[in-house]
Amino acid sequence: MGLAKRIIPCLDCDKGRVVKGVKFLDIRDAGDPVEVSKRYCDAGADEITFLDITASHEDRATTIDTVRAIAGQVFIPLTVGGGIRTLEDIRTMLNAGADKVAINTAAVENPDFVQEAAARFGSQCIILAVDAKQVSEKDKPLKWEIFTYGGRNPTGINVIEWVKRMAGYGAGEILLTSMDRDGTKIGFDLVLNKAVSNAVQVPIIASGGVGNLEHLAEGVLEGEADAVLAASIFHFQEYSIREAKEYMASRGIEVRL
Amino acid sequence: MTKIAVIDYGMGNLHSVAKALEHVGRESNQKIEVVITSDSQKIAAADRVIFPGVGAIRDCMTEINRLNVGKIVEEAMKSKPVLAICVGMQALMNHSEENKGVDCLGLMAGRVHYFGEDLRNEAGDRLKVPHMGWNQVKQTQDHPLWKDVPDNSRFYFVHSYYVRTKLKQNITGVTHYGTEIVAALADKNIFATQFHPEKSQVAGLTLLGNFLTWDGKN
Repeated sequence: MGLAKRIIPCLDCDKGRVVKGVKFLDIRDAGDPVEVSKRYCDAGADEITFLDITASHEDRATTIDTVRAIAGQVFIPLTVGGGIRTLEDIRTMLNAGADKVAINTAAVENPDFVQEAAARFGSQCIILAVDAKQVSEKDKPLKWEIFTYGGRNPTGINVIEWVKRMAGYGAGEILLTSMDRDGTKIGFDLVLNKAVSNAVQVPIIASGGVGNLEHLAEGVLEGEADAVLAASIFHFQEYSIREAKEYMASRGIEVRL
Repeated sequence: MTKIAVIDYGMGNLHSVAKALEHVGRESNQKIEVVITSDSQKIAAADRVIFPGVGAIRDCMTEINRLNVGKIVEEAMKSKPVLAICVGMQALMNHSEENKGVDCLGLMAGRVHYFGEDLRNEAGDRLKVPHMGWNQVKQTQDHPLWKDVPDNSRFYFVHSYYVRTKLKQNITGVTHYGTEIVAALADKNIFATQFHPEKSQVAGLTLLGNFLTWDGKN
């Protein structure tokens, strides 16, 4: 027995409500983030990830209040992402009760930010969020590119090179979302996940594409993920966290039951 | 009214532990007051003390030394229950090899070591560092803080360095990650954990509840 693989429900939030889009579009309402977090925590979720998907300045206060309310009721690790751009943003979220922050766009625009953040707050609370899209040319080896601004902006940066550099700068974990798979329910991009997991020593959270419990198991067994993240299969009660864990255990994966 | 001081030396997230303690107090109908402070008088006036810590040890020790937190913890340890968490536990040791070697407080005997660049399990599979997530803690001796916590319960860990000590009688819990590592230590009225009880749901909250009523004896 040893370290358990984690199941992390993800709450994409817009103006204080949980929403879930398909490929970053077509938003569906999925409830109050505090109630949803509490329900997942009681059901055995290993962590909660809260992603502020609009992250516009006006809505920042709502986000901070929501994080504070979740942290007052949920005693498992809480990650907050979306719009984290400065050391002050990180401090604000940690003070509101977040345990980790996920950084994507700000890292691409200023790679030193990850180094400064890890030095100031510790690697344990700095997650590098990566939105990756396959850009391989025909008959060439597979290649993925980093996208920013919630998947709208191509950057020309190679995913594997980027995660190696950021792990070296002190990112303590990588939240890897396949944009090709996000919202499709056809499963994680396992090849991408395995390539990233093998490229760095830090843990990898696989994200994007989960449609059933076998997808979660594959993420660990084939994608070599240390944690699996999913949203819609849990939000719309297709599966419970408990069912997900029991299924993973039946596939020989160590989980916290 | 029980006063609990969470020692604030500017490193990391103290709100999680404060909120978890308040939650446990409410659930058990105990009147508690949690203060997050670096003021030696407020800490001296508290009934119980939490010594937390996250981040890199050199920065932690710099702030601990600047604010004279070592003296405060040493004083507290003489007279009241103290709970040290994560880097708080590591800071109690003699020395850490993090950041090219840093002298720590030496309030408990032990040294802090790196997991290494190529950590592997018995089967030879590569293990990720940091050790991040829920691992099982085997209780190696009875202690009031383990009351109602089932043996081999999972607690939340996140660390790249771990404690080794020759004083086996101080070890109260171990976990396994590549090698057997110290998960909890106790000596008189101090209890120290490498894991985060404030993030370990039922098992962690039970342990914190036990801390609120612990008389500081083994």
